[in-house]
Amino acid sequence: MSERLMSEHSLLEITGLRVGFDTEEGRVQAVRDVSLRLERGEILALCGESGCGKSVTAMSIPRLLPPETTRLSGSIRLDGRELTDLPESALRAIRGKDVSMVFQEPMTSLNPSFTVGFQIAEVLRRHEGMSRTAARSRAVELLELVGIPAPARRVREYPHQLSGGMRQRVMIAIAVACSPRVLIADEPTTALDVTIQAGVLDVFRDLRDRLGTAIILITHDLGVVADVADRAVVMYAGRAVEEASVTELYARPRHPYTAGLMRALPSAAVTGEDGRRRLTEIPGLVPPPFEDPDECAFHPRCPRAREDCTATRPALEAFGTGHRAACFHPLSTAAGGDA
Amino acid sequence: MNAPVLEVKDLVKHYPIRRGGRSVRAVDGVSLSVGPGEVLGLVGESGSGKSTIGRCVLRLTEPTAGSVSLGGRDVTHLSRRALRPLRRDVHMVFQDPYSSLNPRFTVGQIVAEPLRRHGVARGAEAETRVREMLERVGLSADMRTRRPHELSGGQRQRVGLARALVLEPKLVVADEPVSALDVSVQASVLNLIADLQRDMGFSCLFITHDLSVVEFLADRIAVMYLGRIVETGPTEKIFAEPQHPYTQALLSAAPEPDPVRQRERRRVVLGGEVPSPLDPPTGCRFHTRCPIAVDTCRTDEPRLTGVREADRPVACHLVTPSAVPDLTEGN
Repeated sequence: MSERLMSEHSLLEITGLRVGFDTEEGRVQAVRDVSLRLERGEILALCGESGCGKSVTAMSIPRLLPPETTRLSGSIRLDGRELTDLPESALRAIRGKDVSMVFQEPMTSLNPSFTVGFQIAEVLRRHEGMSRTAARSRAVELLELVGIPAPARRVREYPHQLSGGMRQRVMIAIAVACSPRVLIADEPTTALDVTIQAGVLDVFRDLRDRLGTAIILITHDLGVVADVADRAVVMYAGRAVEEASVTELYARPRHPYTAGLMRALPSAAVTGEDGRRRLTEIPGLVPPPFEDPDECAFHPRCPRAREDCTATRPALEAFGTGHRAACFHPLSTAAGGDA
Repeated sequence: MNAPVLEVKDLVKHYPIRRGGRSVRAVDGVSLSVGPGEVLGLVGESGSGKSTIGRCVLRLTEPTAGSVSLGGRDVTHLSRRALRPLRRDVHMVFQDPYSSLNPRFTVGQIVAEPLRRHGVARGAEAETRVREMLERVGLSADMRTRRPHELSGGQRQRVGLARALVLEPKLVVADEPVSALDVSVQASVLNLIADLQRDMGFSCLFITHDLSVVEFLADRIAVMYLGRIVETGPTEKIFAEPQHPYTQALLSAAPEPDPVRQRERRRVVLGGEVPSPLDPPTGCRFHTRCPIAVDTCRTDEPRLTGVREADRPVACHLVTPSAVPDLTEGN
């Protein structure tokens, strides 16, 4: 990657993104200086626990945030074009066409009073200027693309007639109707049963393979990340604390928070000296989103924290190709491997 | 052999719907038992009926048929008044730590409520027991004066546990108690439940959709599909060699947090959708999605019996003393 020409840019480049919200209790700083890249045809996972800023980071791209209370700074470039200073009217043309989204709850994202076919066709007519009939037949193709059986019949059905998994497939069909360059999926399988989840994850993989869609997958589920993502960014308290290819990240986590998350999973239970099976806890709580002292935000919960962790904030540093972590006392390769 | 703390026999719960005189067959003939000090993990996906069973055990929902016995005593038809003393011994922990605590009560009042209600302790004695219980669940005694909105999700779930355990019940029904929590918080609450269960010795019916959670916590597992138990047995045996095709599919669908292994795994992809509990399929309820179903599966309902081992009954025509179907093979 280092030998890439200066002029070549990633599909999406976020640099120094900061997003805050004005509330009655003060400014909530949800995202604090996040920089990341999304390559063409890549599935990038944004992971971390509630409140880490993963969703707000992604929502900033199509700027789906309340304009009155949002304070956003930094740069978001899609194919070299700056999005942060675009007026609302220009963004509207980008949403759904260049950048589209799939949310967690398909029932609240679909309109109950229109057939799914109408809702897919609406996007095509608006963004692609298709005729009613052309949009209708394209809608059937799209339902087929996302693996909905009997699409010609399903296209005439209403959301309540579909199961949760099928509704989420319809949402994906709407999201990819205009062949977006970036698809943002925010916890798309969290509300689904595991046997249904597997099929929906296959749809994302398939879209990437067949259409080359680049996907940002926001999830708290490390199993889902392991299953479909190429690369992952782990966020904590509004910052990216580690990023790497998924195989590298799971084999050699460097940041103690990443390693802690992996050890805390029920499947990683260890047998203690007393013979009891135990999970490795991460003690303490996430810091409040109001203050932002110049120190590592994870240090109060970190088993490796030392004095220098409170002196200044660690920056992301490279650990081999494409692997970066923000920690003064990262795990060594050996320690990470057997974790 | 000790008498089971909880015994559910042929439990049926149908919810009639207004039109057409039909009913939602949420639970349709389930028998299970939980022994002293045992944790039974009741696993299934949405709509399988697992939560309804939990609610029937506590009589929060009245069963349509079948019986629920606590400590050998049939409580299915007891009046609310007759049931009250028995409620000392059975408590519930709910999924949502936000809606299951009264926002107007302090933590101290919430945890003291069962003591007060059952006339077990009052005043200074109640306060001492509340302090002790809070410390047992890893909360400082100072928390007594706080209200639920001042607490984090993990702290609220600890308060819910303290309330459920303050009377030292014989049985705890826990319905998805860690599903709303983040991984790091979930780990500490699961460790706490495991520790408390071992130290206090209560039996537990642990209801969840999360297989990794039951693998960690449960002694035995019962897998539900569409209102029925399809397979049950000791946790290690179920995970090592699932016999029912649905159990195999469920285990293979849960992604493993290891990209190398996850991508090499053979997954069983189930076709179709979960049928409506208004009109469950004839024969084996799983036959509409089962990749290896044969004619018998469509007509005859398989019985839950110990086909191969007495301690792990399975309801599948294709599991025989000499063969177990393997869906992950060859796909």
